[in-house]
Amino acid sequence: MAVVTYRDALTQALREELQRDDRVFLMGEEVAQYNGAYKVSKGLLDEFGPMRIVDTPITELGFAGVGVGAAMVGLRPIVEFMTWNFALLALDQVVNAAAKMMYMSGGQYSMPMVFRGPNGAALQLSAQHSQAWESWLAHIPGLKVCTPGTPADAKGLLKAAIRDDNPVVFLEGEMLYNTKGEVPEGEHIVPIGVAEVKREGDHCSIITHGKMVLVGMKIADDLAKEGITLDVVDLRTVRPMDVEAIARSVQKTNRAVVLEEGWEMCGVGAQVVDFIQRECFDDLDAPVLRVHQEDVPMPYAKNLERAAKPDAAKAIAAVRKVLYLD
Amino acid sequence: MATKVVMEALSPTMEEGRLVKWVKNEGDAVKTGDVIAEVETDKAVMELVARADGVLRKRLANEGDASAVGTLLGVIAGADENIDALIGGAAPAAAPAQAEAGGDTDAKAPANQAVAETREAVGQSSVPASPEQSQGEASSPPQPSAGSTTKGAGSAPPAARLTPPRPQPPPAPKGNGARPGAAPGKAVERQRTSPLARRLASERGIELGGIQGSGPGGRIVKRDIENAKSKGGAARSAAAERLGSEGDFKDIPLTQIRKTIARRLAESNGPVPTFFLTAELDVTRAAEMRTQLAEMGDGYKASFNDIVIKAVALALSEHPEVNAHWLNDKIRQFNRIHVAMAVAVEDGLITPVLFDADRLQLWEISARARELAGRARERKLTPEEYTGATFTVSNLGMFGIDQFTAIINPPEAGILAVGGVEEKPVVFDGRVEVRQRMRVTMSCDHRAIDGATGAKFLQTVRRFIENPLSLVI
Repeated sequence: MAVVTYRDALTQALREELQRDDRVFLMGEEVAQYNGAYKVSKGLLDEFGPMRIVDTPITELGFAGVGVGAAMVGLRPIVEFMTWNFALLALDQVVNAAAKMMYMSGGQYSMPMVFRGPNGAALQLSAQHSQAWESWLAHIPGLKVCTPGTPADAKGLLKAAIRDDNPVVFLEGEMLYNTKGEVPEGEHIVPIGVAEVKREGDHCSIITHGKMVLVGMKIADDLAKEGITLDVVDLRTVRPMDVEAIARSVQKTNRAVVLEEGWEMCGVGAQVVDFIQRECFDDLDAPVLRVHQEDVPMPYAKNLERAAKPDAAKAIAAVRKVLYLD
Repeated sequence: MATKVVMEALSPTMEEGRLVKWVKNEGDAVKTGDVIAEVETDKAVMELVARADGVLRKRLANEGDASAVGTLLGVIAGADENIDALIGGAAPAAAPAQAEAGGDTDAKAPANQAVAETREAVGQSSVPASPEQSQGEASSPPQPSAGSTTKGAGSAPPAARLTPPRPQPPPAPKGNGARPGAAPGKAVERQRTSPLARRLASERGIELGGIQGSGPGGRIVKRDIENAKSKGGAARSAAAERLGSEGDFKDIPLTQIRKTIARRLAESNGPVPTFFLTAELDVTRAAEMRTQLAEMGDGYKASFNDIVIKAVALALSEHPEVNAHWLNDKIRQFNRIHVAMAVAVEDGLITPVLFDADRLQLWEISARARELAGRARERKLTPEEYTGATFTVSNLGMFGIDQFTAIINPPEAGILAVGGVEEKPVVFDGRVEVRQRMRVTMSCDHRAIDGATGAKFLQTVRRFIENPLSLVI
């Protein structure tokens, strides 16, 4: 299997879907002539032309609305936000238009569109540009929220998202674009709403998604050397959430640490913990712990940024605690 | 990592223990499982073992001290590890007194302790403790600080928080009974148990009351259940297993009439509504048999008590409704028959159990009973040897008692009180004869056993005892 970057895996998905279905088109800031701010749409303008790879003005609310309208009349738009931090301006279209169109039109309009772009903190982009939005978006009935953590999942989930007749929010990891992994060529679909166990183990479940999947796999490999094996459950899709996979894992290990990039309050982890305490109460041998960003705006200073972010050391500390090792 | 040595609940009903002897000295290296002290419980002298590897760094209790379950007795830690925090937090006795004296500086002591305890609770190890706390009070054993609660600076007495309250066994434990020493009226302290541990214990029939939790705040976690099972360390597990394995009993759901009988009788006659049935048995032939057996040699000797136990065990096999526990929401009839015998010891009594008594030969009952009674008097019985009975026999005949009533040991449904053997003139086969007679009185929990049921059981006991050959065939 070819080893490609997360970025190229996304490009593959876009290209294959643009080729497969001529109703699919991509628009956003700098996606065409500049090949995308993160080069995800590299070469697509040359291949598909300016009617299908569309540069927009710096008007997130405007072009997101164009996307909603296009979807209403039967196209399958992919709206790229340069980052999800900018997409806050477009949330009215995402939340109030796209997510509710099917419902409020009494089923007359489906909304086969994808909102995609990088999410979460990179390095020293400071408070306004270092945010993970999945808990905000997953809060909304009517949206599906994908958070791929590996190149293969990035490709397979993006293809599934483009083919889905519902609005799909697609959160890419800004720090993941250069990560590499094996990616199946051609038709490779990862179904939305199905988690994957990335590492199998018996002692503790790590429930995670997005960028933190890599951290989960790393600590699983590190702790395996000490004889502690972790079951790393990559949710892959935050909404719908694969609760059966969570239950299977927790029922096996009897303890869990939920690892996510965003803040603690009302985070994705809060939802996971809620599910675990309801469905796995009698399986728990320890309280479920969460690892997340500290409850502060992301600091700019390198040392403070590092202290604020969730990382392997914090995750290992939580694992040791639920194992009653400390 | 430093590990506390605490007064553990070494018997199901233990609330405090007396440290009889330290086996290890301060500075001795210990390994998990090593005996570090001997502790006298309410029933026996038991061994307190190390729960971690390391060095016994500190002994906080003196030999002869009685401490509540959960009290810190010592610290096991690495040779050079700083244990001030643990010891500092463990010296609560004087802290409330300081607070009582008033003044800003004094008020800090409990506050510091509170910090230490909070950190303790979340499992952090390095706690800044003031030196005078850790040094000065280390030698004074922590006392259960009764009375100090209401005084002081408004914070709870540190002792109460540092050493998580150890659980009392539940008032009506499943499977086997609170022994006569248990105080049913006492408040039940909350037992911290992880949901999984609770489920596993329930599935495996392990009583949580006898287990020392190793998690934060004394929480019983999965590994404690597994240790209890594998080491047999939990007093109740073995007994509970004996009684609890599937197919060994039949639960009888309570019918409405049974519920009403239970409720009304309990209202009228205390928590265990008891009635008594007395019968005078003719033991002339049993006495003859005893003589014959004794002539055959020491290995065949049997006492009247052994004969009664054998007869009771056989009778129970014919009357399962008497071989039962009252469990409040049901009656549990056991398929196996475990007869306890009350043995007087220096300062009380204890009831070692003859397990599967119906399957034991008379000589086996005799040998086993002698051995158990001997060790009971030396207080050497292990908890699993005196729990798990389905019925009890109490005998005061050797004290010249003609007849008495015994108190039921809940949740057992009955107990048989045996009086002395006496020569009496009785009408036998139409003429007056001198016969050997013995009175037995059965106490029945009326919620589980009705008068006729108990009477039929006694008839069967009589049949066996008056035809003693049936006991040896």
